[in-house]
Amino acid sequence: MLRRTRVMTSELLSRMSGVDMSALLRSWTLTVFGIIAFVLLWELGASRIDTALGKFPGPQQVWSQTQSLYDDHVREQDRRREFYARQDQRNAERLAANPDVDIQVRDYTGRPTFLDQIKTSLITVAFGFTLAMLVAIPLGIVCGLSNTMYSVVNPVVQVFKPVSPLAWLPLVTMVVSALYVTESPLVSKAFLTSAITVALCCLWPTVINTTVGVASVDKDLVNVSRVIQLPALQHVRKIVLPSAIPMIFTGMRLSLATGWMVLIAAEMLAQSPGLGKFIWDEFQNGSSDSLGRIMVAVLAIGLIGFLLDKLMLLLQRRMSWDKSTVLR
Amino acid sequence: MRSYLELSNVSIEFTTKSSTFRALDKVNLHVNKGEFISLIGHSGCGKSTVLNIVAGLYQATEGGVILEGKEINAPGPDRAVVFQNHALLPWLTVYQNVELAVAQVFKGKRSPAEIRDWILHNLDLVHMTHALDKYPHEISGGMKQRVGIARGLAMEPKVLLMDEPFGALDALTRAHLQDEVMRIHASLNNTVIMITHDVDEAVLLSDKIVMMTVGPNARIGNILDVKLPRPRDRLAMANDTQYNHYRQEVLKFLYGGHNQQELAA
Repeated sequence: MLRRTRVMTSELLSRMSGVDMSALLRSWTLTVFGIIAFVLLWELGASRIDTALGKFPGPQQVWSQTQSLYDDHVREQDRRREFYARQDQRNAERLAANPDVDIQVRDYTGRPTFLDQIKTSLITVAFGFTLAMLVAIPLGIVCGLSNTMYSVVNPVVQVFKPVSPLAWLPLVTMVVSALYVTESPLVSKAFLTSAITVALCCLWPTVINTTVGVASVDKDLVNVSRVIQLPALQHVRKIVLPSAIPMIFTGMRLSLATGWMVLIAAEMLAQSPGLGKFIWDEFQNGSSDSLGRIMVAVLAIGLIGFLLDKLMLLLQRRMSWDKSTVLR
Repeated sequence: MRSYLELSNVSIEFTTKSSTFRALDKVNLHVNKGEFISLIGHSGCGKSTVLNIVAGLYQATEGGVILEGKEINAPGPDRAVVFQNHALLPWLTVYQNVELAVAQVFKGKRSPAEIRDWILHNLDLVHMTHALDKYPHEISGGMKQRVGIARGLAMEPKVLLMDEPFGALDALTRAHLQDEVMRIHASLNNTVIMITHDVDEAVLLSDKIVMMTVGPNARIGNILDVKLPRPRDRLAMANDTQYNHYRQEVLKFLYGGHNQQELAA
């Protein structure tokens, strides 16, 4: 009897894992099917559109441009390494000839490659996003805790929320030019302008979601805190933040997505280095490769946006106490 | 003689957009030290409001509450509350939930070792030491309520306030926890105010049953002194004439007499 049960159990287990496997296979098949269908439609559509810069880039052209952009990067890296090697060697020789000589170390001033632009964009968005979160989360907590503060802040938030980044940009540019005056700037003005524009636009989703999350903390838990007379800061740390974390993260994910979108526009308009500038330069360049390269950038922007969102999800999973929730 | 806890002429009004709603009208109640009081009445009669005023979570519009000669106007750990839905923090373990309260209440008064012992002692009282590191979602409803009770007891309150503590539990678990509460009350002799809508629970546990009329303008309709000898055994009680008499009295109040007329009116 016992043995039969055991056999049945193992049979059941194998059947269950079989179900899991086939479900997984199914979902993967569907994903691959979706991608193939998209590429086919793209190919069909692209070959029918003629522009002043040639045909609309199809999958094949995009692939070859991706490779060429990567090769550019590798070549540029080699040049950079050679430049520094030459400089080091020259300086060593001069030092050997005369120990008192004034050594000059120059930075390599090559053209930024596509990968460099991606890096710049990521740094800019990270800076702008962090800046926004430093303001948005505390502001949201205060607004969620106090109805008075909510009434004060909410109208301002509602008015500024729908403002396009392009409207902010001229103002931010002028303010940065006026206020950011230093002898040896740590970061460029263009970088600061785009980062602040990103911050201004990605502030709001986090403010709103944090406010809602904090305001909707279970009333019983708030009463527990009142009965044991937790001081205000402890109340926020032990009761409010843990229960508002899912909403805060929802806000942060929306903010990061907004920030990434805004960044491209800001870089285009502000001519600050990054993916936006890359697209604009290629557009102005107008070679037969341009459209293909822009399409590569479009796909890269999408892919990076997707990865950034996944990163936030990962972070949320690490920080949230509730491991059982399904995060999408 | 002055009583331990005294509610005098407590009235409360809630203001909504269109009107003011007078939930309680001149509630007077005297509670002696060590007494077990039940508040019973129909839903919406303001039992919870009375409890929340004693807890300091609500402010009375008129009248006031005096505990050991001092007026109450804010919540505090001397009036610990056991909530109907346990109100445990889901991101803390059983131990940490009690610790949060104990560490705050006895901050600077007891050493970390003493605090630890005290947490374990209170969890032992409700037989929950086997699940110290479990999270609330990993334990049953009855267990959560035990932890809630342990947290309340651990604050060493002058008055323990229980808001329908067994309301969300199944009958067997409820009976079991009632026995535990009776046992703890017998050994610690704390002052308890409990809200219930269960007649048997009220008679079995209480020294006094405070019966409230239906709201609005809810008042205390009657107070029944339950003079059954302790310890009380639920099996023996079932056939006890005195027990059944008290039961009848409460039922009569709830479902007959003036209360019913007010419901109709």
